[in-house]
Amino acid sequence: MSTRQPTTALGYPPVVAPPGRAASHEEPSWGTRDKIGLAAAWAAGILLCLIAASIMGYMLYRGLQYLQLDMLVTHPLAGLDQSKTGGFLDPILGTFLLTVVGIAIALPIGVAIAVWLTEYGKPSGLARAVESGVEIVAGTPSIVLAIFGLLIFQQSAFGFLSFTAAGGEVFGRSFFAAGAMMSLIALPLVVGATRESLQAIPSHVREASYALGKDRISTIRRVLLPGARRGIATGATLGMGRIAGDTAIVVILLGASLQLTPEGHTPLLGTLKGTGSTLTSYVYNNSPAGEGNAPEKAYAAAFVLLLIVILLNFAVDLIARRKEPVWSR
Amino acid sequence: MESLTPPPLRRIVVDQEPTTVPQPRAPATETNGHGTAAVVPAAAVRPQKRRTRVTERMQVDRLSVAYGEKLAVKAVSLSVRQGEVLALIGPSGCGKTTLLRSLNRLVELTPTAGRAGRILLDGQEVDRMEATQLRRRVGMLFQQPNPFPMSIFDNVAYGLRERGSRRPHRRQLEPAVIEALQRAGLYEEVADDLDHPALALSGGQQQRLCIARSLAVGPEVLLLDEPCSALDPRSTEIIEQLIIGLRSEIAIVIVTHNLQQANRVADQVAFMYLGDLIEYGSAEQVFGAPRAQRTRDYVAGSFG
Repeated sequence: MSTRQPTTALGYPPVVAPPGRAASHEEPSWGTRDKIGLAAAWAAGILLCLIAASIMGYMLYRGLQYLQLDMLVTHPLAGLDQSKTGGFLDPILGTFLLTVVGIAIALPIGVAIAVWLTEYGKPSGLARAVESGVEIVAGTPSIVLAIFGLLIFQQSAFGFLSFTAAGGEVFGRSFFAAGAMMSLIALPLVVGATRESLQAIPSHVREASYALGKDRISTIRRVLLPGARRGIATGATLGMGRIAGDTAIVVILLGASLQLTPEGHTPLLGTLKGTGSTLTSYVYNNSPAGEGNAPEKAYAAAFVLLLIVILLNFAVDLIARRKEPVWSR
Repeated sequence: MESLTPPPLRRIVVDQEPTTVPQPRAPATETNGHGTAAVVPAAAVRPQKRRTRVTERMQVDRLSVAYGEKLAVKAVSLSVRQGEVLALIGPSGCGKTTLLRSLNRLVELTPTAGRAGRILLDGQEVDRMEATQLRRRVGMLFQQPNPFPMSIFDNVAYGLRERGSRRPHRRQLEPAVIEALQRAGLYEEVADDLDHPALALSGGQQQRLCIARSLAVGPEVLLLDEPCSALDPRSTEIIEQLIIGLRSEIAIVIVTHNLQQANRVADQVAFMYLGDLIEYGSAEQVFGAPRAQRTRDYVAGSFG
């Protein structure tokens, strides 16, 4: 491995080279098991790259084959003749709307939790409980969150967030309901990334702010949160990717109506109270597994979804590469 | 706390009572009880400093600080005067920094810390004051430069802005910000870059920005915790000159491991060892004719 020449200038004998093999640049011979292990490690890495490349390649092929630009701007329609079922404008809008609602709820709550955990964290029992709460939410399958959300948002107390039938029964499915549950998916990512960033700020930076006569609140607001900006942005973007890619909550909590179906006549509020679909539910419904049985549309929509998620991941990389404030400890 | 490291070359006798001589003013020429002559040729090393008018600002009266069961500072009494620089010296873990952090009550941030004794600022007990008020009057500079993640201007303006407001009246703050930067000797270098991020500055510039940030609040006392230990010699020299220049307006306390630095900037020197104040007197006396054996060992060991 090392090609360093043995130094004898100070009169010391060479340290590395054993007698007879001095200055040999050959790799030392490995045992068979080590060789197999190394080969397996290489194979695993290459296999993963192949899988990723084939997904990308296949989706690109199918996507470009079936995607027509007018699909991006036409409303989907129900129909047996696939040439008349339109595009997927509504699912694209639904994906963006749901992602925005979800992250708008998750971001402030997640940052607040992270700040409380790192800057206060007392009593420590409560802090531990909050920590495991976040972990449990992170580990809960989204379908479980969805069922649980339906249970909650069908309570008449939450009737104002969705559609109420004539008999007084609350439908419980809307962008609000789905967004609220989606925020739980993004929350652990926001908490984790923000906490990590806050912990990376050395304590003497906080003390420097106190030493200027500032209290804890202004220290958090004016020094620590700006210092953790990068982590917060990373967490939010990761969370958005997760929201855009989740299906279970959409199928159960968004009502899965093909088009955006506003509830009432207030422009934005009505849409948020109403039902709709996203790219994930559109793919599911049009795939052979769902009832649509229109794989061409499913492939085209899946391609768009993949592009959105990859763009979000790319954004995470860009944010992570931005220079973070560095203090010595 | 850091682990205790003995000073180089000479050992300090631990199991022996401190040999402080009670008289406050021993003539510098007199040899002490051990019959040996002064270790450091004081006059030769010490630069001549202009005398300034001296007023007492802070008084520390039998201050003890403990972390849990461990006493870090043991019944230390001394005074901090405007017009003078007070240097706290001693080996690592001897309580210098704890003493310093007690003066602006930053030590209270350590949950296990407990305190006894009194600290007065202009005759007023610091415990009776709002911590935020006290800290505006007693500023502090840290070992590592720690500008905030914002622009140079905002760093200096940070202390001037009231809580909650974001960036009000930049025009009104500008003169004060520029003045603070000028006093810290940084303005010429950053005059065109006031909106640049402060963390892009060099280490020495960052530390001077931190000084400007403290000065902007208008402190009466400035505490420096090894302010040059992370800096190169050139920046160190600039900051030492700054300290000497500031002492007529602001009472300065500096903790340092660097005895040459203490000798260069300090008028008064306090030598601490294991939480005890072993020796406290003028720099000429402490370096030139230390009364206590331990001071002698420490001072000589570091010079030897």
